[in-house]
Amino acid sequence: MNTPWKPAEQPSSFTFDADSEREIEEVLTKYPVARKASAVMPLLYIAQRQMGRQTGSAWIPLVAMDDIAARLDIAAIRVYEVASFYTMFNTQPIGRYHLQVCTTTPCWLRGSDDVTSACKKATGISTFGETSQDGLFTLTQVECLGACSNAPILQVDDDFYEDMDGPRTEALIAALRVGQYPKPGPSIDRAGSAPEGGRKTLLETTAPAPSGAE
Amino acid sequence: MLHDKDRIFTNLYGQQDWRLAGARQRGDWDNTAAILAKGRDAILAEMKASGLRGRGGAGFPTGLKWSFMPKQSDGRPHYLVINGDESEPGTCKDREVIRHEPHKLIESALIASFAMGAHAAYIYIRGEFCREAEHLQYAVNEAYEAGLLGKNAAGTGWDFDFYIHRGAGAYICGEETALLESLEGKKGQPRMKPPFPAGVGLYGCPTTVNNVESIAVASTILRRGGAWFAGLGRPNNAGTKLMAISGHVNTPCVFEEELGVPLKDIIEKHGGGVRGGWDNLLAVIPGGCSVPVLPKSVCETVLMDYDSLRAERSGLGTACMIVMDKSTDIIEAIARFSRFFKHESCGQCTPCREGTGWMMRMMDRMVQGRAELEEIDLLEQVTRQVEGHTICALGDAAAWPIQGLIRHFRPEMEARIQHYKAALSAKSVVQVPVQGVPVAAE
Repeated sequence: MNTPWKPAEQPSSFTFDADSEREIEEVLTKYPVARKASAVMPLLYIAQRQMGRQTGSAWIPLVAMDDIAARLDIAAIRVYEVASFYTMFNTQPIGRYHLQVCTTTPCWLRGSDDVTSACKKATGISTFGETSQDGLFTLTQVECLGACSNAPILQVDDDFYEDMDGPRTEALIAALRVGQYPKPGPSIDRAGSAPEGGRKTLLETTAPAPSGAE
Repeated sequence: MLHDKDRIFTNLYGQQDWRLAGARQRGDWDNTAAILAKGRDAILAEMKASGLRGRGGAGFPTGLKWSFMPKQSDGRPHYLVINGDESEPGTCKDREVIRHEPHKLIESALIASFAMGAHAAYIYIRGEFCREAEHLQYAVNEAYEAGLLGKNAAGTGWDFDFYIHRGAGAYICGEETALLESLEGKKGQPRMKPPFPAGVGLYGCPTTVNNVESIAVASTILRRGGAWFAGLGRPNNAGTKLMAISGHVNTPCVFEEELGVPLKDIIEKHGGGVRGGWDNLLAVIPGGCSVPVLPKSVCETVLMDYDSLRAERSGLGTACMIVMDKSTDIIEAIARFSRFFKHESCGQCTPCREGTGWMMRMMDRMVQGRAELEEIDLLEQVTRQVEGHTICALGDAAAWPIQGLIRHFRPEMEARIQHYKAALSAKSVVQVPVQGVPVAAE
């Protein structure tokens, strides 16, 4: 919306691979046939994920948007404007890991400035929007992520790392750097959004054993 | 205070299994057919009797909203659209429903859709809630396999499909008509009303848009009765509500509580008290960032419900409060919201597109104190020019936090300006920004 948009260097071609084609087929079943333009956002996600798989940089080139427009029988500009309106579609190449720091007031009150500084220190990035020299990390400032009781939040790609502080942020980035993916969720002693140290309600119910992981 | 036996969301923290087996143990999908057998009018009557008001922020009676849908289809399909685009700063309650109580949501969506003559429901989940959407998709797949969705869903005789659609990072899509535009594959720019969605909504068809929580409580209300729900809380502010505390408390968390409980008790019980003790409290924003801030003096006595907070010229909003202690720079805290609204304005209406940027730049100067005292009044006037002059309520939402700040913290703003002047030992401050002339497109 207010990020300056300048065209990135574009690849000359883009083809959806077999995995993506399967996903597209499934997505198109959700909407009435005459309304398949509804699938533009899911298809942009599919293209972005495929670019991430294939090139290590999850972004959407113009040729992919043209392909989507043709599939959905809409003008290419309709896809371009959707891709540039929503902040989660990357219209330029990004780093392997997308570090997204929430800096809106609830996170700011609980120390998002420390998380930001730790990100910069650990990656060598100087301002939001930059990609680190090694191409591993892109640092973005994002607006409220909707997990304010677990503030401050650092979102890495699709995962929320919650209740962060400076040192834990640096440790997380160090782990990512060597290819580890630490468990997302709260980084302190709490379950989900329950109070730290144990829940204060729902104590009377007897908990049946969980049937699976998590 | 609410007892555990009256809580609707019994797996709020994911302490139990969120999948179908666990949900059934908690009572979800228990003879859903019997609820639908009561008939459409009986369900609407029960929902109206419960006094449930919309949980997304506006507080419109849910049963009444459902009854706006045409009784007979004119050939167009009806749609239920569930608003899971939870993006209001401070708000983090629907996330818990989607990831830990997905079956409660799906079952309630079936009931609500039946009551509105809809055979399909779409849920619009904010793009960042990727893992939450995966949980819900898993639950939807389970429900289809178990015959709870699809043809003759759950043996009710009603055909019902449930689809998940993910957003991609635009706050404005929480506005119901912007959400519909987005769901149709366009930019999320709100539509003029009328026509209202109940007449012309998704794909030009009758549509009701409800918040995740408003829908998810329906199954429990219909099982336990509207009178049970209405018996909780206060008159016109009935029932239980998911709430959250963030900011300067000892234990920020999400929880379910009865409406009409004193704000102070909630902070003490669920939030574990204000950091540094109650006397260290500066202010509370009671329901997401667009409702005006309340100073400590009001927080001492105010009740947490729609009407009590309205009487204090604030609002319940989403009931997810932001607590700030005395270490907070309150002007900066509100200025950050102005930046948020500047970022999230969709750019359609001039007062909002230009006004949010203007207010943001003005607030940034107020944080520094680089302003004249009269400019506080000017800022207040401009918020009044934005408020009510836009297609959707984002303009209002951008104006209210600033109005609340000026109403309750004007002395702090004046002191900041005077301090800045004193530091420069100048009688007036030349209004030249540090980095050139501000332009609207910054």
